[in-house]
Amino acid sequence: MNEPARRVSVVVLILFLALMAAASWIQVVNEETLSQDPRNVRTLYREYGNFRGPLVVDGESVVWSEPSNDSFNYQRTYTDGSLYAAATGFYSIVYGRSGLEQTENELLNGSADSLFWTRLGNLFSGEQQQGASVELTLKSSLQQVAAEQLGDQRGAVIALAPETGEILAMVTSPTYDPALLAGHDSSVVNENYQSLLNQDDGPLINRAIAGDTYPPGSTFKLIDAAAALEAGYEPDTELYAPTELDLPQSSNTIGNYGGEACSSDDSMTLEDALRISCNTAFADLGMTLQWQVIQRKAESFGWTDKIDVPLSVTASRLPEDPDEAQTAMSAIGQYDVRSTPLQMAMVAAAIANDGTLMKPYLVDSVRAPDLQVIDVTEPEVYSTPMTRSDANKLTDMMVTVVDDGTGSAARIDGVEVAGKTGTAETGQDTPPHAWFVSFAPADDPVVAVAVVVENGGSMGSEATGGRIAAPIAKAVMQEAIRLDGEGDL
Amino acid sequence: MATVSEVSVRSGRRSELTLMALAWVIIVLALALVDYHAAYLELVDIAIYGGAVAGLMLAAHITLRRVAPSADPVLLPAVFALNGVGIAEIRRIDYAEDTSFGTQQMIWAVLGVAIMIGVLLVVRDHRKLRRYTYTAGVVGLVLYLLPLVPGLGITVNGARIWISIAGNSVQPGEFAKIALVIFFAGYLVTNRDTLALAGPKVLGMRFPRIRDMGPLLIVWLAAMLIMVYERDLGASLLFFSIFLGMLYVATERFSWVAIGMSLFFVGGAFAALTVPHVRSRFEAWLNALDANVYSSGTSEQLVRGLFGMASGGLFGTGLGEGRPDLVPYAESDFIIASLGEELGLTGLMAILTLYIIIVQRAFRTSIGVRDGFGKLLAAGLGVTIAVQVFIVVGGVTRVIPLTGLTAPFLAYGGSSLLANWLVVALLLRVSDQARRSSEAVSA
Repeated sequence: MNEPARRVSVVVLILFLALMAAASWIQVVNEETLSQDPRNVRTLYREYGNFRGPLVVDGESVVWSEPSNDSFNYQRTYTDGSLYAAATGFYSIVYGRSGLEQTENELLNGSADSLFWTRLGNLFSGEQQQGASVELTLKSSLQQVAAEQLGDQRGAVIALAPETGEILAMVTSPTYDPALLAGHDSSVVNENYQSLLNQDDGPLINRAIAGDTYPPGSTFKLIDAAAALEAGYEPDTELYAPTELDLPQSSNTIGNYGGEACSSDDSMTLEDALRISCNTAFADLGMTLQWQVIQRKAESFGWTDKIDVPLSVTASRLPEDPDEAQTAMSAIGQYDVRSTPLQMAMVAAAIANDGTLMKPYLVDSVRAPDLQVIDVTEPEVYSTPMTRSDANKLTDMMVTVVDDGTGSAARIDGVEVAGKTGTAETGQDTPPHAWFVSFAPADDPVVAVAVVVENGGSMGSEATGGRIAAPIAKAVMQEAIRLDGEGDL
Repeated sequence: MATVSEVSVRSGRRSELTLMALAWVIIVLALALVDYHAAYLELVDIAIYGGAVAGLMLAAHITLRRVAPSADPVLLPAVFALNGVGIAEIRRIDYAEDTSFGTQQMIWAVLGVAIMIGVLLVVRDHRKLRRYTYTAGVVGLVLYLLPLVPGLGITVNGARIWISIAGNSVQPGEFAKIALVIFFAGYLVTNRDTLALAGPKVLGMRFPRIRDMGPLLIVWLAAMLIMVYERDLGASLLFFSIFLGMLYVATERFSWVAIGMSLFFVGGAFAALTVPHVRSRFEAWLNALDANVYSSGTSEQLVRGLFGMASGGLFGTGLGEGRPDLVPYAESDFIIASLGEELGLTGLMAILTLYIIIVQRAFRTSIGVRDGFGKLLAAGLGVTIAVQVFIVVGGVTRVIPLTGLTAPFLAYGGSSLLANWLVVALLLRVSDQARRSSEAVSA
């Protein structure tokens, strides 16, 4: 009976080899496929079950993971969720991630390369993988002021630190509370998401950096002025400024706001044209300079670039090969010119920073779970669209806009403010978008702001950039100056 | 029966103690790790547990020194290690599910070791068991059929393999298999000549006479009954495999295996087509990941187990760090998937290797022991563990259809654990005889 026993033991060994092969097949060869199977909630739980790092504003966590007693282990929790939603985005078991939750995901969930040593430490101590905390450049009080000022009007406010490119405020309206999407009951999350989607005013859109983008209207005249200065114009160079400008090869004309005349003799200086935002002067200037010159200038400020802050910013658009009439329209920020509020804030920031544009950014620093700083964003020069002397000339021109022009609503006692209004036509029957871009103090700027209020906001067709957008920018600048005075900026 | 040429002068008790110490470290560390990850780590608890494990190990070891000094030195450490790893994993699932199976399993383990010691003390010579051949046969059959008795048997998850005794559910099939191994060993050692030698030769294979086919047919019928009426595909397959394996060892005739397997496949195929319970098991096995099969629920448990194992990958998530609780019956039927998830392929290979060691030791014992009854007994017990592991792990890893058997020594379940410790006791007893005789030969 020994021989058959030996044979049976060999058969048994083969059976075990089959088991080992099957286990290898499942755990190694087929591992990817099984792990990515949509029915595999485990991958979801692993992603959502780890301690995820917080998002921090002014040293306080505004988004963090609270231990929960369900299969996800942690509940993403928010303070002032809707105030920061534009930056943080949402974190949902059903709809995934958006905003910084998405772009900083690897840091937040602890899988980033820069957290290798932390993970190695966890491996030895047997601790669970932990995420890093991400500190934002936003200032909570600026964010609050901007949101309060904008109120329930549709639009966006964005504030930059001109010398560094830090995004100090980023507000979009309407907004949403990410907590609505962070729940662990997928049917409730589903319902909330659908109702946000069905809202006409698009609360999920971050109007400050994405969405449909806006015609910049008269704020685009800053680009024309910058191009003119480079071409050898001076602030006191006289421009042709008729009451109505005939457009070549077309029967259309360009007029000024309210059909008014810019000057009695159809001529005015570049500075004055900017101060009162004379359309005909800038339309004619555009045609004189030629579109390529303006296009190059706009591009040097960032137009047509897709940038990441690290949220991905929709590229601002310029028309392609416009004819003369289209060039005239484009020069006053109409026709096919489109801009994100961030793009206009970058224009203001570059002028404020002596012609040097700093790359805008939203993440200030990253700390490992043990609170050690593992990454600090270093300010980075994005481009140099203007010379220092041109920038200073344009600054002086923008100061006159606020002191004695369309932007008077942005005046701040004891502080020189540089600004530019914009009132962008959106069609025959819809009220215009109101813009204001500015920086202050003019001689040593601490903040550059761009405000857009869609379709005139609460003023409707009566709105102009000077009337409705400038006061918002003023409040933000005032708060920024106050913060700077306290050494908090 | 050829003489064994092995030369073994040492009893191996000292190596056993060393291996036992290794197993102790694994067992205690595993539990400490589980407690640590659940944030319930109490050094006092671990010390008590470590002391208790060491006590059980020493008790078993001293018993062997006294009553079976030449017994196989590898069996006990391997079994202890499996049992301890099982307890750690069960406790880990307890933390996730708020149950207390782990503590109960610890009690069962103590009882298991006690039963093993008791058997070793009472049964001083395995050959005496041959006297109870037919008693064992009757006891085995009765135990197998007990769950079918109305009022006594209870149906759990579609299978009627449990009976209720004083409020406790017992799986008599687990004990029946041991009784039947004793019966088959006694019966076959007496009748092997008739079964082996007589019969016509067809196609180079000697076939048994029709009138000698009786026992095979009876066992086959019993297996079919278990499959259809108790709805226990696994037990049926196990029961029949044990018989075929032992029949082959006894007769050296492959024709028996061929006939037996054909019979079983015919019966199995018939059941797969006609019995809905069996059919859905086959369906779930063949098309586990199919959307319809999955959503109907028949393959959900299997697929969840596969997901769990896949998430473990090569090295596992770490004990206490996976989500084995997402699989139904993670502590019993699917403990292999739970361990695969948390210990990875590496851990699963180690566990399978421990089983291989135990099974190979059983066959070595079978080859080493001199009496025919002992040979068949040891081989039968080896086949029992091997086939049971194959059916369980094969079911979870989709090698064969999933059935409701439990992984020996690992899975939660009192009946299963006690029965398997009983198997170990018998193997140790026979191995003592086997290794003693080889010592005698070499001396």
